[in-house]
Amino acid sequence: MIRDIDLMIVGGGPAGLMAALAAAEAAPEGAKILLCERDEALGGQLVKQTHKFFGSEKQHAGERGIFIGRGLSDAVHAEAKIEVMTDATVLGLYEDGIVTVLNDDKHLKFRPRKLIVATGASEKFLAFPGNDLPGIYGAGAVQTLMNVSGVKPAERVVMVGAGNIGLIVSYQLLQAGVDVACVVEAAPKIGGYLVHASKLARSGVPIRTGWTVKEAFGDQELEGVVLIRLDENFQPIEGTEETVYCDTLCLAVGLSPLAELLYQADCAMTYVRELSGAVPVVDEDLMTSVSGIYVCGDVSGIEEASSAMVEGRLAGFAAAKALGWNADLAQAEIEKAREELNELRSGPTGARIRAGIAKVQERREGSC
Amino acid sequence: MSKQETLLCRCEDITREQIRACIAEGYQTIDEIKRITRAGMGPCQGRTCRMLIAQEISACLNIPIEEVLMPAFRPPVKPLSMGILADAYEEKEAEQ
Repeated sequence: MIRDIDLMIVGGGPAGLMAALAAAEAAPEGAKILLCERDEALGGQLVKQTHKFFGSEKQHAGERGIFIGRGLSDAVHAEAKIEVMTDATVLGLYEDGIVTVLNDDKHLKFRPRKLIVATGASEKFLAFPGNDLPGIYGAGAVQTLMNVSGVKPAERVVMVGAGNIGLIVSYQLLQAGVDVACVVEAAPKIGGYLVHASKLARSGVPIRTGWTVKEAFGDQELEGVVLIRLDENFQPIEGTEETVYCDTLCLAVGLSPLAELLYQADCAMTYVRELSGAVPVVDEDLMTSVSGIYVCGDVSGIEEASSAMVEGRLAGFAAAKALGWNADLAQAEIEKAREELNELRSGPTGARIRAGIAKVQERREGSC
Repeated sequence: MSKQETLLCRCEDITREQIRACIAEGYQTIDEIKRITRAGMGPCQGRTCRMLIAQEISACLNIPIEEVLMPAFRPPVKPLSMGILADAYEEKEAEQ
């Protein structure tokens, strides 16, 4: 059986939740909005973010991610126009507009009039000798073990990456009673916010910029790593090796947009390093090159959760407008969201994102 | 300390050495390497190794990462059992 619905949203993280709420706000009674989430619960990465958010009040600044996620999930569950399907992995987008979903060991088929892809991102991995030893994790996995499952994940950790994820997870490891030997960062500068770095420095954790992991060693599992200094061209300097003993190595070396579904649907994609990978070419409404398919959040370029939430609102109202739902409200909200995004991406911290988005626009204009 | 290997595809146990040998033999795209080695055909469907292999191609052939051709993506995005597909098929038959 193929079920016809108005709007399907793939992914129940910050972007997808906001998109669903926005679309529902504009939707008439009886509208069919389906939100599919592959995990057992809604919230995406917010479920494990015990730290407070930045940004302005509109994006929940000062609140802890976990509470933002809970608030959004409750609102979505309470909205009658939104059907929530958890433990539901979207498997494929087909040429005839059919979307297949794996839910409760059943292969389901849907035909949505519009689709919003908010699949987020996956963690990047590093290549070095010994990189598959038990005890080597993505930082996100360690954060899940610790903050969601309540498991102490390690005794002594070396963290790779001094971006916000590396810094925040290191601090949370300290809070959980884990010894953090050091944070290693290949770049000459700390990538994350100074406030997170300062907390670690005050706790006595060295942040070693210009260093990387040369190799990991251990008999059955990780016993330690060999670090090596890098020159200004990121080339290792022989003779600077240093051994650090640890039972866990955490990799926080960036995220890649999770865009398989967009490739399947044949959306135009472009690799933009400033956005951390291959991203869809989108218009001002966050619609891809395939009519009716919208994107929001990390799948359209890696950014903060606050931007993901505003993008979600934009995509939700844009899809609503295209469906002919309360066009005046939708248009006004789209413009508000665009302004908020400009604000979030302003200043020196947003320079990289702005450059990335400019490249996507160039690519779009080039193909017109 | 035994010599440790560098794994690029964890699902299929493919090392950096194997990928480099493949490129040296003349295979130039992620898809070609996938067909020869099975890299990217395991449970994660290439989410971990895809960009690592792209980096190897970029470095070995001296082309920017932006120009490394991405592989073909087909449904389903994750492995599912034949039984689940068979159930869906039988349900459709029953409807007709």
